[in-house]
Amino acid sequence: MVRLPDEPAGHVADVLTFDWSLVRYAAPLLAQGLAVTLKISALAIVFGTLLGFVFGLLSVGPVAPLRWFVRAYVDFVRGTPLLIQVFLVYFALPVVGINLSEFWAGVVALSLNAAGFIAEIVRAGISSIELGQTEAAKSIGMTPRQVLTFILLPQIYRPVLPPLTNELIALVKGSSLLSVISVYELTRAGQAIISERFVPFEIYTMIALYYYVVISFLSWLSRSLEQRLHAW
Amino acid sequence: MSSPLLCVSRLTKRFGARVAVDACSLDVSEGEIVVIIGPSGCGKTTLLRCINHLETPTAGTVTLRGATIAGSERELPLLRRRIGFVFQRFNLFHHLTALDNVAIGPERVLGLPRAEARRLARAKLDRVLMTDHVDKRPAQLSGGQQQRVAIARSLAMAPELILFDEPTSALDPELVTEVLDVMKSLALEHMTMIVVTHEMSFAGQVADRVLFMDAGAFVEEGSPAQMFSSPTQERTSRFLSHLLR
Repeated sequence: MVRLPDEPAGHVADVLTFDWSLVRYAAPLLAQGLAVTLKISALAIVFGTLLGFVFGLLSVGPVAPLRWFVRAYVDFVRGTPLLIQVFLVYFALPVVGINLSEFWAGVVALSLNAAGFIAEIVRAGISSIELGQTEAAKSIGMTPRQVLTFILLPQIYRPVLPPLTNELIALVKGSSLLSVISVYELTRAGQAIISERFVPFEIYTMIALYYYVVISFLSWLSRSLEQRLHAW
Repeated sequence: MSSPLLCVSRLTKRFGARVAVDACSLDVSEGEIVVIIGPSGCGKTTLLRCINHLETPTAGTVTLRGATIAGSERELPLLRRRIGFVFQRFNLFHHLTALDNVAIGPERVLGLPRAEARRLARAKLDRVLMTDHVDKRPAQLSGGQQQRVAIARSLAMAPELILFDEPTSALDPELVTEVLDVMKSLALEHMTMIVVTHEMSFAGQVADRVLFMDAGAFVEEGSPAQMFSSPTQERTSRFLSHLLR
């Protein structure tokens, strides 16, 4: 690019300069948002995983109506955007008399969403174990519950871990959508600063970094767990 | 004469329009060793699987000492544990050591204390000459070793009879003997067995009775000597001529 001699030298630099003083201002505010993101994600990971395992087990269980219910549930969760699910929980539940704070609406929406995907992961994990082992367990007189507890479940953790990690990462990222129902999480905290100071570049970069660190930690945790789990 | 240990009466299994097992009846006395032979796909395996309801029969009954084997998945376990089953593909529990593969039945199903279940498992593994491999997982064992652990797993439940579904056909030839030797030693102890196999020399040595099955039905039965030397049915002799060639 040809530089015009009379253009002030500092102009281009001004636009591209990262405003470091802003970082000092924003960091603690974003940290508050991050704390909420972590809290919501942790709760949703716990509830979503528990519910997902329950649904996953029901989907291979003996009760047909429950299998159909899980099937339909998974279809719905997979077939609709998370953003819409968040709105449904936040705006539709009060209509039927369930009033949740933004925070808990967020936890519920993320948990229900993750549960649908995790149910499918658990179902696939159980189906991946050869039928022969189930038959052998039955042949020595195990009840279906014993087959599940002593033969199938101990073997699914390792194959289930990588897809489960992907899902939990998606959950953490998805928590940024809760900004639309004004949960003061990381993204919302950043948007507040942007609307006050109009510095989208700096703030969104910082938000991205914050998420990146959290998610990298999750990936690392999953990998080291995977190595520790026994392979046979 | 005392009543038979196992009565299979007009057992039928259909898969859709296909009849896999066609009204088969069979009585097995205590201590008897019955060998079932027949071309692949003739329904031998399905028949065995129907006996302990791994496959639900379409019609017919199976009784074990007078107790009908039937019911829901809740009721069947109490009956199934009285019948051992040895699978073609061993079907060991991959996450457990040989010892725990054998001990898990006595511990979880029979409710023995863990230490006692493991002591029992160790004895059964000794019995199948697997003493040196108790702490290995299935992936670390050869096919023949895995099958012997699977036999020990059945034995640990003190079954009243054991069903063997082609126990050696997934094995390399040099590993077949070690499994057959264990089965022969069980025969010497008068364990009641129904064995589906293509091992004719084994059948000749230990079977009290050989049944030939074709197209889902029993075609002919007799002592091994009689069956192998002078079968009366044309289908039987054709099958045997292929096998003994």
